[in-house]
Amino acid sequence: MPTAIGERAPDFELPATHGERQALSAEGAPATVVYWTCNHCPYALAWHERLLDVARDYSDRGVRVLAISSNDPERYSADSFEAMVERVEQEGGWPHPYLYDETQQIAREWGAERTPHVFVLDSGLQLRYRGAPDADYDDPSQDAAWLRAALDAVLAGQEPDPSETEAEGCTIKWKP
Amino acid sequence: MLREAMAYKGLDPDSIEMSEVDTEAAARRHEFVGSPTIRVNGVDVQPPVEGEPTGLACRVYRRRDGRTSPLPDPEDLREALAAAPR
Repeated sequence: MPTAIGERAPDFELPATHGERQALSAEGAPATVVYWTCNHCPYALAWHERLLDVARDYSDRGVRVLAISSNDPERYSADSFEAMVERVEQEGGWPHPYLYDETQQIAREWGAERTPHVFVLDSGLQLRYRGAPDADYDDPSQDAAWLRAALDAVLAGQEPDPSETEAEGCTIKWKP
Repeated sequence: MLREAMAYKGLDPDSIEMSEVDTEAAARRHEFVGSPTIRVNGVDVQPPVEGEPTGLACRVYRRRDGRTSPLPDPEDLREALAAAPR
């Protein structure tokens, strides 16, 4: 059953492209963003810089950001862990870890369905927002407005409104 | 998008032929680099770069202004339709 708004998000510990495993509950961040992405999806690529900007812009407030790819690398070789490592290196590093959910278990537990699919947690790692970064993958000026609004609300101790939007993007590529 | 562009050019949208590519072998056979691929009289509306691998992937298009998109630039589509012999 996917995590519902208000529920404690399922823990995980996953390998990251920079070599260190990352656990969800490792740090006491005032808010945590976990977003599903991948290397090849055009929607994820279109929103990519906006998501990196959120990580940079909110880092001084202690917000933790984690990206996860759960795609099947057998059928989509561009989404292999090796390709993830290479991509981050080619892009000069990301401002947050890029994790690999090889078994796809974490995606299923969280209810991640598309790339990108954004989840915002509060200081207790309870889910407060789930959905798209903003209203239009095709408009960079949207600047991840929905995600930023959700973060601002959580950091202010308030409930994001809306708490859910419809994620838009390619489906997560599930293993057969 | 394609149907609208065809109707705008006075072409019959019902003449679109859709093919599902669901195996790697079929992707190689059709030189299919990702979905969606739109060909007008056999010519891709945004020809892939040389060496782009075939496969069952979501296709990444580049708009004329450089933006990444899951769809081709509408101008590329319109030009391809306009240039195609009837």
